Amino acid sequence: MVMFTLRRFLQLIPVFFGATLLVYFLVFATPGDPIAALSGGKPMAPAVEAALRAQYNLDQPFWIQYGLYLKNLVTMNLGQTFSGQEVAAVIARAYPVTARLAIMALVFEAFFGVLFGVIAGLRKGKLFDSTVLVASLLVIAVPTFVLGFVLQLVVGVQLGWAKPTVSGSAPWNELILPAVVLGLVSLAYVIRLTRASISENMNADYVRTATAKGLSRRRVVVVHILRNSLIPVVTFLGADLGSLMGGAIVTEGIFNVPGIGNLLYKAILKGESATVVAVVGILVIVFVVANLVVDLLYAVLDPRIRYV
Amino acid sequence: MSLNERNTSMNAAASRDADAPLLEIKNLAITFDTQGGPVNAVRNAHLTVMPGETVAIVGESGSGKSTTALAAIGLLPSNGRVSGGQIIFDGEDITHASEKRIIELRGNSIGMVPQDPMSNLNPVWKIGFQVKETLKANGLAGSNANERVAEVLSEAGLPDAAVRAKQFPHEFSGGMRQRALIAIGLACRPRLLIADEPTSALDVTVQGQILDHLDRMTTELNTAVLLITHDLGLAAERAEKLVVMYKGQVVESGPALEILRNPQHPYTQRLVNSAPSLASKRLQSGKAKEALAAAAAAGTVEVTDQADVLKVEKVEQAAHAEKAAHTGGIKSHTPAGRGDTILEIKNLTKVFKLRGALGKSTDFKAVDDVSINVKRGTTMAIVGESGSGKSTVAQMALSLLAPTEGSISFDGVDVTSLKGKALFNFRRRVQPIFQDPYGSLDPMFNIYRTIEEPLKIHKIGDAKSREKKVRELLDQVSMPASTMQRFPNELSGGQRQRIAIARALALNPDVIICDEAVSALDVLVQAQVLNLLNELQEELGLTYLFITHDLAVVRQIADDVSVMQKGRLVEQATTDEVFNNPQQRYTQDLLSAIPGASLLV
Repeated sequence: MVMFTLRRFLQLIPVFFGATLLVYFLVFATPGDPIAALSGGKPMAPAVEAALRAQYNLDQPFWIQYGLYLKNLVTMNLGQTFSGQEVAAVIARAYPVTARLAIMALVFEAFFGVLFGVIAGLRKGKLFDSTVLVASLLVIAVPTFVLGFVLQLVVGVQLGWAKPTVSGSAPWNELILPAVVLGLVSLAYVIRLTRASISENMNADYVRTATAKGLSRRRVVVVHILRNSLIPVVTFLGADLGSLMGGAIVTEGIFNVPGIGNLLYKAILKGESATVVAVVGILVIVFVVANLVVDLLYAVLDPRIRYV
Repeated sequence: MSLNERNTSMNAAASRDADAPLLEIKNLAITFDTQGGPVNAVRNAHLTVMPGETVAIVGESGSGKSTTALAAIGLLPSNGRVSGGQIIFDGEDITHASEKRIIELRGNSIGMVPQDPMSNLNPVWKIGFQVKETLKANGLAGSNANERVAEVLSEAGLPDAAVRAKQFPHEFSGGMRQRALIAIGLACRPRLLIADEPTSALDVTVQGQILDHLDRMTTELNTAVLLITHDLGLAAERAEKLVVMYKGQVVESGPALEILRNPQHPYTQRLVNSAPSLASKRLQSGKAKEALAAAAAAGTVEVTDQADVLKVEKVEQAAHAEKAAHTGGIKSHTPAGRGDTILEIKNLTKVFKLRGALGKSTDFKAVDDVSINVKRGTTMAIVGESGSGKSTVAQMALSLLAPTEGSISFDGVDVTSLKGKALFNFRRRVQPIFQDPYGSLDPMFNIYRTIEEPLKIHKIGDAKSREKKVRELLDQVSMPASTMQRFPNELSGGQRQRIAIARALALNPDVIICDEAVSALDVLVQAQVLNLLNELQEELGLTYLFITHDLAVVRQIADDVSVMQKGRLVEQATTDEVFNNPQQRYTQDLLSAIPGASLLV
């Protein structure tokens, strides 16, 4: 287990360099001149422009730019945005908001997903099951931005139950609505996954044996069906946490959440390679770590799995 | 039988009349609601189990034997229901008992030992936990539950029970898991134990041990046993009374030996005749039987030898004809004659690397210095338990796996060095038939495509002649030509295995390697397939390398036997020698483990 974890962390190194290099190159190759974008397309004094290019190393060839970026990275200097802020500081401001949003969305989808999934799986073919199935299909089919805008309009504007947009400090209560929107699609998948897994395990031989022992129905479900059924669900949730932590550009955009998704989106528009690469680099690490946690959790849930 | 000896100190209810039946099933009908409407899985089932008695229900898969027994403990699948008749347990009608009452009965009045030890323990809980919850559910846990768990596990024959209880099912072998399941079934001292094919997933020698142990325990505890099995020999050996079920109905019941010696119903008669564990001779094809009769009529001494000679001559002719028909392929270097070795396995060794902790790997010798010569037109059986390396030998003989050391020569040519075209031609002459006819046929291919595929790959004939060939092949395996347009899922296990045989025959191979080719089949179907293989051998001069764990099957089909244990060859002789005069302890164990072998002699 320790060796396995260590090996996975070592794998982070090539993954990190590969990802940053790729992203750095993509930003470099993106059409449009970031300096022109900075001045809003208005003409700029040639001396000022040259100075700006030199400041952001934009006058250097690609490999030099990337090399300089890496050099700064070693000294924990992530560079500056075009508006002169430290990239590290900007990320430090935005990331907690996204993390909060992601955790709320995950708790929402995990709790209701497993609950509805278990009930539907145990009552396969009954009214509750059919209703949940149709509803989840609907949620999967409708794009997030439609769901987001509709909920924003109905819950936020017409009913007035929540603030339609999130304020600068992004407190927990204002994030509920965006978290629900963010978690809805995954909720649908969790329900379906749990349901399928439960109804499959219900017919497992060991469940019949458990029943034959004289266990109560409740104990059979909780002890023998549920734990086995949760294994694939946990895998899904873990992978989903990784992508939720990567920020939700659409949802954060709709509700004006000052999170990492919004930050990334704006940085891409401006061609701020320093910000984009730093954010993506962090997201890659978060994703790999989230997957590692899932793998370890897997071994906890299923004793047959041993990592060496 | 010892089971009749009453141990009155045990839990038999003293107040009850010992002559009253413990379980009585009267006129039971069970219906399954399927998409195609209700299906009557069981009709008119009758059976009676007296306290402390062992009753066996015998029948093939789908005969309703498990369904009948499971109904008694309320464990029918969700779409099944009792649609008529009565189930009376200990004087109480439990046919439509409430769920609460059934849960009360389960575990402490009626226990169960299920069929497949691999799938019947929950993989995510420790063995001890799974035993303990049985005790808890029936109010028997108390303060010293862990000691009790260790006790019941060691009663079931599990060594180091206290330590073992802390392990997970995947750390147990099949036999150990079955012992744990027996411990669970008997933990609460039920008065009736339903044992649903308790050993059919286990190796023969383990089977014997487990059944002996179960016998001993149920005798000591005075537990009645309802044993469900497809093996007539096993049933007759273990039970006082037999109930034979066929297509959902009880066709015959009575004392075990009486049924065995004097079966009344035609189905029972067929079952008795084809029970592999009771057969004592190699199968004879129709022609050989005639020859035998003729020789006997002519008053020849050494009748069997004579027949063998005739048989071998026939085989040689067929083999020659076959050779002439061949165009491509490896040319034979020696003329086909008696004793001509077609497949020579020499000092074969296969080492697998097992990955261990911390990147270390250990060598595992799956096959260790095995030499086997297979003579043309005969059947060589390789026998052994699971893990003995017999299937690994088969895979190497098929050139699907490269040997670590040693050589395999087919018709004088070393197979291991074959490449490209030569290997392709070799494949044409050596064909496999695998164990599981459900897994070995592509579900997306219809039968025609399945059988035609090898012909197509080897570019034999045109579309028209290939269709003709497929028809012939289907005819050879006694399947109607209309089967061509059907898909594997529409066929039964036996029919599928016939298709697998037809596919193997398509290229006129010299050797067919049967890897447990009949193990997955019901007794009667198994007998049919073995007969078919035997007829085909006679007709086409085929050579079989027959891999099996079942010595009873060997008796019927093989001329020579190689016994393997832990990767090594322990004994090699003709079938008669091995059966009449086994040299090695291991072979003797295997032989004595054939259930019912001693009953009819």
